Amino acid sequence: MNGPIVDARGLHKHFGALHVLRGVDLKVAERELVFVIGPSGSGKSTLLRCLNRLEEPSAGRVVVDGIDMLDPRTDINHARQRIGMVFQSFNLYPHMTALGNVTLALRKVAGKSRAEADALGRAALERVGLGDRAGHTPGQLSGGQQQRVAIARAIALEPRVMLFDEPTSALDPELVGSVLEVMRSLRESGMTMIVVSHEMGFARNAADRVVFMDEGAIVEEGPPAAIFAKPTHERTRAFISQIQRH
Amino acid sequence: MSSWERFAETFLNTKVMLKYLPDILSGVVVTIELAALVVVTGIAAGLALALLRSLGIRPLNWLIVVVVDLFRSLPPLVVIVLIYFGLPSVDLSPSGFVSTWLSLAFVLMAFSEEIFWAGITAVARGQWEAARSTGLSFGQTLMSVVLPQAFRLTIPPLTNRTIAITKGTALGTVVAVTEILGQASSAMSNSYNPSPLLMGALAYIVLFFPVVVVARWVETRLAWKR
Amino acid sequence: MIQSFFNPEIIVASWPIVRAGLLNTVLLSLLVVPLGLFGGLILALLASVKHPAVRWPLMAWVDFFRAFPPLVLLILLFAGLPFAGLELGGFVCVAIAFFLNTGAYYGEILRAGIDSVPGGQIEAARSTGLSRLQAMTSVVLPQAVRNVLPDLLSNTLEVVKLTALGSVVAVPELLYQARQAQSLTYNPTPIVVAAIIYFLMLWPAVRLLSRLENRAFAGP
Ligand SMILES: Nc1ncnc2c1ncn2[C@@H]1O[C@H](COP(=O)(O)OP(=O)(O)OP(=O)(O)O)[C@@H](O)[C@H]1O
Ligand SMILES: [Mg+2]
Repeated sequence: MNGPIVDARGLHKHFGALHVLRGVDLKVAERELVFVIGPSGSGKSTLLRCLNRLEEPSAGRVVVDGIDMLDPRTDINHARQRIGMVFQSFNLYPHMTALGNVTLALRKVAGKSRAEADALGRAALERVGLGDRAGHTPGQLSGGQQQRVAIARAIALEPRVMLFDEPTSALDPELVGSVLEVMRSLRESGMTMIVVSHEMGFARNAADRVVFMDEGAIVEEGPPAAIFAKPTHERTRAFISQIQRH
Repeated sequence: MSSWERFAETFLNTKVMLKYLPDILSGVVVTIELAALVVVTGIAAGLALALLRSLGIRPLNWLIVVVVDLFRSLPPLVVIVLIYFGLPSVDLSPSGFVSTWLSLAFVLMAFSEEIFWAGITAVARGQWEAARSTGLSFGQTLMSVVLPQAFRLTIPPLTNRTIAITKGTALGTVVAVTEILGQASSAMSNSYNPSPLLMGALAYIVLFFPVVVVARWVETRLAWKR
Repeated sequence: MIQSFFNPEIIVASWPIVRAGLLNTVLLSLLVVPLGLFGGLILALLASVKHPAVRWPLMAWVDFFRAFPPLVLLILLFAGLPFAGLELGGFVCVAIAFFLNTGAYYGEILRAGIDSVPGGQIEAARSTGLSRLQAMTSVVLPQAVRNVLPDLLSNTLEVVKLTALGSVVAVPELLYQARQAQSLTYNPTPIVVAAIIYFLMLWPAVRLLSRLENRAFAGP
């Protein structure tokens, strides 16, 4: 299997009159970390959400791990297990413990017994460094810990791809590091990742490829060094110099 | 005879009370049966409607909203009278008990649907997205993620509304249901003495006051934990 | 079906009777809503004195009336008091019962509203020299009322619906009149008409309440 694990072609998305994605093509190879940047409103979140069909694309094709995501015959709930997603606002279930958050889909979708699910869930929490917080509810955890639980919730299902939508944007600066640390170790374990973020340092160190989006289209892409050092497009240059000034 | 003795003789007449105690007690049984039926069927129907509404089928939702609005607008007594005196004209003759049960159950259904729906809609969009992104189906997300959170918001208004509507079992007396008030009223007119009425009133207090106190306690507990 | 439930001739014939009932229901509501609000206001102001000696009896009072069916209260006043030589008539009994019953509900709502206003508001008002009562009525209460407006509206709706209880003690309000007309015509049409009138009268309030209480559905 050497084809791309994520293969999105000609993606369009309209919200009423708003044309948010205007023909996006994105191929991601196995074990690759693709970093997506772009101004606010450029359609980064929408792109990610089209990949696991939280958003219904208006046109185009999405194939993930050989599964046609837009085929009506595809069992979308089963397919989504292969695509982990981490949200800016964590979206942990407040009425469940950390372990409960992690094991819910293991039990309900993957059909594991409670004991199996608990074992897998604890292992996942262990991987994000929260083995000792399994019994805590989200309200008893810091933002950084909550986001790590959310990552554990996704990786417990052993996804083939992970989508991160600004995973550190809602965190206090001192908590960002712990989440990036987990993402880095995930990358080292060979996880395919698509990351929307403003953490340019992380992009430089960890990304294989940086994709710059603007106005619903991919303007330019390439290795981080090339994109950050000598972007070819004016809009990319403007965006990068703008964030580097901050 | 002192005025207290005269008062006691009139309002707390032990002889009359003892005589009609069995009647009142049988009324208590009827009230409890009626109340239990109303609560179980009304809340179950309300929850069912709220779940149906979440499916988002337009014409069905309009229908639900109209039915809910109707039973929120009509005084329960009007519904009871309508069913009890109206349906015989189409050769359906529900008893007073059935009329009262159906009416109050419809009213509770309407209010609880509204309350459940408010609870469901109060759950943030991100909860749905997180659950669906892990592969949970619509139904699984609703049951495991959304409803448990919704119930928390639902409990205080739902208990208050349930108590208020269940108290309405006393309305059954208007259509000859032999619940507490009915028994007490007829005992009063048979004995020319208001003591049975006071007994009936006491029975209501004994039945409902603890429920109100527990409801208040639950409400403060939930408020703290939020 | 139409003949028995919505008979045009009977609607026309019974309209004067039903109309009189409608008028009385409106008048009765205009009396009992302010009365209940007044009772509730007294309770809420008393409750803002956070002393246990005031607080607990007050809570018991409110809970008592939350537990006690208003119809039983009404019958107690209407049929019980005459044995003590006190014949008040249906109308006065309704007024008293509503003052007690709906006052307790309004009181609970207003108390929650007052609790929702931050303590700093009263301190700020007192620091400018306002008396406790002045601070309460001109600073706290307006905010409190605004915070619980949906609940107040909802309770008012219930109070108007509750006026139908008047029919049990021969107050000639809408339901009573409709039942009179029904027994005169041997046809349930007047009751259907009364139900329609209640619905048309109260539906806008119900709609408004739903709007106030509900957000958009987040589910997909
Ligand atoms: N559900 C929706 N309905 C209508 N418009 C939407 C919806 N979701 C997103 N949009 C619009 O689509 C455009 C792209 O949104 P998107 O969230 O994908 O941008 P983004 O690149 O992720 O921006 P940000 O960096 O601010 O998160 C925006 O103009 C947004 O307002
Ligand atoms: Mg975004």
